[in-house]
Amino acid sequence: MAAVDVQRPSDITAHPPGLARRKFWDKSFVIWGIVATIIGLGTLVTLVSDLLADGGHRLTPAFFFSFPSSDPAEAGILSAWVGSLLVIATTALVAIPVGLLAGVYLEEYAPKNPVTSAIEIAVNNLAGVPSILFGLMALGIFVQFLGNPARWFGFLPESFRVAGADLFGQSILTAGITLALLILPVVIVATREAVRGVPQEIRHAALAVGATKWQTTQHHVLPYALPGVVTGVIIGISRALGETAPLIMIGGLTFVAFLPITRPGDATFETIGVLDQYGAAIDPSATERVTIAHDGVVVLPDFTEQQVSAGQVLDLPHGSTVQSVANLGDAVASWSPTHWLGSEFTVMPIQMFNWTSRPQAEFLEIAAAAGLVLLVITLLMNGAAIWLRYRLRKQIKW
Amino acid sequence: MERDFTKKKVRWGESLMEGLLFAAAAAAVGVVVGIVYVVVSESAKFFAQVSVIEFLTSTTWTPLFDNPQYGIAPLLTGTFMSTLVALAVAVPLGLLVAIYLSEFASTRTRETIKPTLELLAAVPTVVYGYFALLFVTPILQRIIPGLPSFNLLSAGMVMGLMIIPYIASLSEDAMRAVPRAMRDGSFAMGATRLETAFRVVVPAAVSGVVGAVILGMSRAIGETMIVVVAGGQLPQMVTSPTQQGATVTAFIAQVALGDLPFGTLEYNSIFAAGLALLVLTLLFNFVAFYMQRRFREAY
Repeated sequence: MAAVDVQRPSDITAHPPGLARRKFWDKSFVIWGIVATIIGLGTLVTLVSDLLADGGHRLTPAFFFSFPSSDPAEAGILSAWVGSLLVIATTALVAIPVGLLAGVYLEEYAPKNPVTSAIEIAVNNLAGVPSILFGLMALGIFVQFLGNPARWFGFLPESFRVAGADLFGQSILTAGITLALLILPVVIVATREAVRGVPQEIRHAALAVGATKWQTTQHHVLPYALPGVVTGVIIGISRALGETAPLIMIGGLTFVAFLPITRPGDATFETIGVLDQYGAAIDPSATERVTIAHDGVVVLPDFTEQQVSAGQVLDLPHGSTVQSVANLGDAVASWSPTHWLGSEFTVMPIQMFNWTSRPQAEFLEIAAAAGLVLLVITLLMNGAAIWLRYRLRKQIKW
Repeated sequence: MERDFTKKKVRWGESLMEGLLFAAAAAAVGVVVGIVYVVVSESAKFFAQVSVIEFLTSTTWTPLFDNPQYGIAPLLTGTFMSTLVALAVAVPLGLLVAIYLSEFASTRTRETIKPTLELLAAVPTVVYGYFALLFVTPILQRIIPGLPSFNLLSAGMVMGLMIIPYIASLSEDAMRAVPRAMRDGSFAMGATRLETAFRVVVPAAVSGVVGAVILGMSRAIGETMIVVVAGGQLPQMVTSPTQQGATVTAFIAQVALGDLPFGTLEYNSIFAAGLALLVLTLLFNFVAFYMQRRFREAY
């Protein structure tokens, strides 16, 4: 009888060799993951506290209501935030309708054909195009072509061409449209996702009782999709608010000491002559004849003040500023939409960039203060979008 | 009155709306055509005066000097160096975060951390530029003596922090799309979470992960303000990240900040640089697309 070599089975409940080591690596990875996450989140905290430490003490009301100046102690962001507000308003007016309609078209209407695929490829590629290329496009089309009446289509009447060219060029309208095109993919993608999330039954019910396609879309699909669209719009707008490069391309100014909502003659604050980037006159000996529109003060380049009254005619050296006190009534009466749209501008990021590139430490302080304002606004907008998305996911149960 | 139900009623309002919707969607194509048209047509004026061979082979970029030289190579080395530094920061951190969030963290932790991390991508880039120049560089200067106050290292590192959310968020999406059953199979064989993550989940999600990295990379290539502020604007052949250098984007912005007359060769040179940037970005988009198709795992 052959002996059967029976090996006693090892204890199958015992841990396999090396398990402790493998479990150790498993556990320690959690630490690595948390460290990496903390580096990411820590960057945000460091960013905010660095700006706060550098520029927090400059955030006074005067900072928000002063124009930029060659004296850092006096300088503020009035023209920058008003410019940002007007540019962003233009951007929203263009990007929201176009993005919304395009998104609805792609989800609800688009037939499966080469034209539709071309649109989809375009939208996907646009999202990856560097923002500065949008700036180059705007420079070529809106500034050099549409901003120059001689290059407009010749068959249009002269007056129309001049009026049109006034609006384009290095203007708020150009900036607004450029940023709108930049955030178009964001709005389109958000709209598509929101529209796709509306269940098919809703459409079928509307169509079954005789609604047309557009009636269905307008009254039944869009209302449900709206919160999702709003989320995308907020994220897009906050991105537009922080964009610098494309606006530098189309000639956003670094030194603007006037508000675009008043016409030059009625300016509450007007600088005489051409100034360099530091706010000093390029040609200090030149003078200009100015009719004062409102009672106020003239500040000469040597910082001496002189009282002036409405209707006075003065020869002012370049570099002086007229701070005439136009009351609210005057400003409203002289306001015209075509004027501010065609006006030159600066925006918050450009103002901050300009101050960052100055050597004096005082300018770096106000750069930090401007950056803090910009950062808080963008983070709040994104926070609102995240909150909205979260609420949305919790609330809607189909 | 009898209605003829066999005839289709023409609804002008409906057709009008459909036309309007189509026009809005077609605007996207218009923008792409506009960008390509402007960049190519203005570059054509540049290449009428400067040979393509000089543009591609010369190693000096001095368009604003009296004796101008137009070789794109210094700008490309600047772009590649800053992008490389950014990826060296963002890829390990982003992937660690993605694996942690998708395989280890609780749902609650993930739902809190992911959107908060996405705020990193929302910070205006000019603010990042300030941060790189006045916070990161001084710290680096203490570690690396002799580091110039403008350098691509600090610009690239901050750029890396900026693109962490792109890489982390999209990789995490791809990893979570891997079916539960594959993980369960791995766990049933006795693998730990870490082993499952690296041998099952990441290989299965590789197409999405590669796509995320390339997206982050193309963000870094196209980033302008951080390098303009913190990288210095000196176009030279960059061999080390501690040097200062100009990227393609930084050069374009630098020229725009000055006051160059329209139509001059110097002015057209920014469009040639823009063309290089456009080609580069489209190339990476294409590579990402190809990689995703090549490595896609079908479940």
